[in-house]
Amino acid sequence: MGIHLYRIDDRLIHGQVVVGWGQPLNARFLILVDDLVASSDWEKELYRMAVPPEMDIYFADVATAIKDHARYAADPRPGILIAGDTDAMQRLVKGVRAIGSVNLGGIHHRAGRAEKLRYIFLTPDEEDQLRALEASGVEVTAQDVPSARAVPLSELLQVASK
Amino acid sequence: MSSGEESGTPSIRAIVIGHGDFSAGLVSAVGQICGMGGRLVGLSMMGLTPEDIETAIRAELARTGAHVIFTDLPAGSATLAARRIVKGDASMVLVSGVNLATLLDFVFNTEVSPSEAARSAAERGKASLIVVERS
Repeated sequence: MGIHLYRIDDRLIHGQVVVGWGQPLNARFLILVDDLVASSDWEKELYRMAVPPEMDIYFADVATAIKDHARYAADPRPGILIAGDTDAMQRLVKGVRAIGSVNLGGIHHRAGRAEKLRYIFLTPDEEDQLRALEASGVEVTAQDVPSARAVPLSELLQVASK
Repeated sequence: MSSGEESGTPSIRAIVIGHGDFSAGLVSAVGQICGMGGRLVGLSMMGLTPEDIETAIRAELARTGAHVIFTDLPAGSATLAARRIVKGDASMVLVSGVNLATLLDFVFNTEVSPSEAARSAAERGKASLIVVERS
């Protein structure tokens, strides 16, 4: 079993993750990889309370996630790993070298980002990070919910910025 | 045709926020049933970052003077944003898992504090969930 989905989502734990992906994957654990959340007891408690009782949640900064990745991957239960941004996922992929695919689930609008899909907005630096991920052998697709089409990174980056 | 809404400007008592058009639908339904949809403000979080969601809720609370936030999913981004707001302001109350029965109880319950009205509404909402099976 182990980790069935590696997702970049700036909302971290929310309905699409817990219900939208969690139910069809029968996910029994979540790994939230975020340096800020991992350093704050209050933030961890906030996200812990958002997870249904049948799911475990583990918090890790990127360095800890790299160190513990083999243990997560060997878990007999299906799980989901979530990182809040492209930078965290890129550092994780570099450190682990065993991640085959990354799902872009939600990177929302902020200054400097251009719209690629209604739920994906990227800065030029973030585009470069995703290109680098794919160049390292990781399949990168955008897909907010399981019923949606997985949009390949090459197609995503061809979308003219709005 | 009359919308059935209250005449004048009713006092807004709560913010309703959720996925998609959930909140607009609920507020519309309250208006259709009892004409008190104007006591609620519906917000959508579509396309918003967590920070934007929190900012939007705070702005509506400040604009309306409401002290109660209703959200849909306990695991949703709106609930997480609202929990941050409640943490910093003891006068605010959050109810997650809102349904129509919850809001109908709340809009009528004007004689008690927002906190008491929220608790009563939550109980009514829970009680409205029933399973009917052919025996």
